[in-house]
Amino acid sequence: MTPVQIVFILCAVLILGSALMVVSTRKLIHAALWLIVTLFGVAILYAILEAGFLAVVQVAVYIGAIAILFIFAVMLTRRELRDKSPQLRKNWGAAALLGLLAFAGLAFLVTSQPGVGRTAAAMPDGLDTVQALGKSLVSPQAYLLPFEVVSVLLLAALIGAVYIAFTRKS
Amino acid sequence: MNLLNDPIHFIAQWLQGLLTGWGLSLVLAKVILALISITVTILFAMALAIFLVWVERKVVARFQDRIGPNRIGPYGLFQPLADIIKLIGKEDITPALADKFVYNLAPVLALASVILLWAILPLAPNIYGVDLNVAVLYLVAAGALGTLSIIMAGWASNNKYALLGAFRTVANMISYEIPMVLVLLIPTLLAGTMSVKGITEAQSPTWFFFLSPLGALIFLISAVAELGRSPFDLSEAESEIVAGFHIEYTGMKFGLFYAGELLHAFTFGGFTAVLFFGGYRFFGLENLGPLVAAAIFLVKAMFGYWIIMWIKYTMPRIRIDHMLAFNWKFLTPLALTVLMVTAVMEKLLAGTSPWIYSLGLFLANLAIALATIEILHAFGKWQRKTEASTKPALQAGQYYEEQNP
Repeated sequence: MTPVQIVFILCAVLILGSALMVVSTRKLIHAALWLIVTLFGVAILYAILEAGFLAVVQVAVYIGAIAILFIFAVMLTRRELRDKSPQLRKNWGAAALLGLLAFAGLAFLVTSQPGVGRTAAAMPDGLDTVQALGKSLVSPQAYLLPFEVVSVLLLAALIGAVYIAFTRKS
Repeated sequence: MNLLNDPIHFIAQWLQGLLTGWGLSLVLAKVILALISITVTILFAMALAIFLVWVERKVVARFQDRIGPNRIGPYGLFQPLADIIKLIGKEDITPALADKFVYNLAPVLALASVILLWAILPLAPNIYGVDLNVAVLYLVAAGALGTLSIIMAGWASNNKYALLGAFRTVANMISYEIPMVLVLLIPTLLAGTMSVKGITEAQSPTWFFFLSPLGALIFLISAVAELGRSPFDLSEAESEIVAGFHIEYTGMKFGLFYAGELLHAFTFGGFTAVLFFGGYRFFGLENLGPLVAAAIFLVKAMFGYWIIMWIKYTMPRIRIDHMLAFNWKFLTPLALTVLMVTAVMEKLLAGTSPWIYSLGLFLANLAIALATIEILHAFGKWQRKTEASTKPALQAGQYYEEQNP
């Protein structure tokens, strides 16, 4: 086993374990903190795949903004930070079966693809992935249109937020 | 390759030869080497933090017209060691009903978020942790972990003051992150890369400070806010919420927050040096050897740290609404303007001689600064005028009478 594989296995255990804790813990803040561990584990996976940009953005956006927003929302809206209702519904068995079937189907689909299990070719030396990503985001042949559409969407959301928060002077 | 020209690689090669000589496989030797280098980086940063306690106390004493620690060791140099012994001897208190695990994790994470930054700081052309091609974003991401540690500390302490402090800090950090990210784009676009080593190398004729003085200023202001130091130290406003998020921490756990804060300030001094003051470069002096280059870098970082301390011990704390208004109504628009003007000027002046290029960018910044001052001046005048015309100046006791007829 190569060191990268060991890191991958540790990381996968971390992600799955903390994801399980997110849904099983009764303290809401702990659920949010476990979610952060999950997101961090995904960032490590990106780093292993040499997608440095994605890894760093994952930490900056998901942990730095979204997870902290979660914590704030939980703290500011709930009086009781502990969930007392039963955690399982009575038809959980059927849901588990359905989940297992979906997992088996997906696993079958993925393994039946050609090229599964082959090691990926090493990246050529001196390839700047960030530069390539940046260029493809603003190139008309690649992703310029979706990029701009998303920008407009975000701008609209920003203007909407300002409109909602704005207090008119009577 | 010898010890003086390339010390890190020389030692690494020697160690690798030693380890493989003992019969370890090459892969295992490399993993062990990586672990050793991580430990050495952390130890270096921690040892520096001990020294910084002395620097901070000595400098603040000078600003306040005192002498500072001068009893233990020459010039009081061993004072931090005495402090550490004292901190270790203190009782380790965990408040009742505190969330124990999160409570104990928070100071570790606070210090770790700072030490993470040392992975990318280039001390010399060949002394650095990693040369990430997303280093500038990495700086932002590590800051996010720092924010997280503070909210964890504030929440887990089970203390209202701590929670208030944490809320204030997060409001502070999240808002000042925006101008910081915007001005971080300026060195990125001037250098054409996000790697800090690339940014250092790109400042060969002129430092980016001269190409974008406003950018450097905004970076410094938002760095001070990100550090939560005065005038942005609302999170630990002693007169209002006692000590803020670290109110319940005792002994070495408090020490970790304290050391983390000092090291964070020094690290941001280092990043100011790297992004705007040429990092380890100083008129070709860095070619003398990596140790000279590292010394240059540390001196520049210390200078940045000194400016941050200067601000901290000179400015009074500002009110929270002023802090937020200053960020959203002044700093963010200014950062956006500087970024856009720099981007346009950089493209317009590309290909001209270095002198015209530098002068053009500098003059553009000067023009923005003058326009900003003019706008602020006119706005202040207008505000005073409208206030004077709408309501007459209050007489003594008049406000009270109006409120309580």
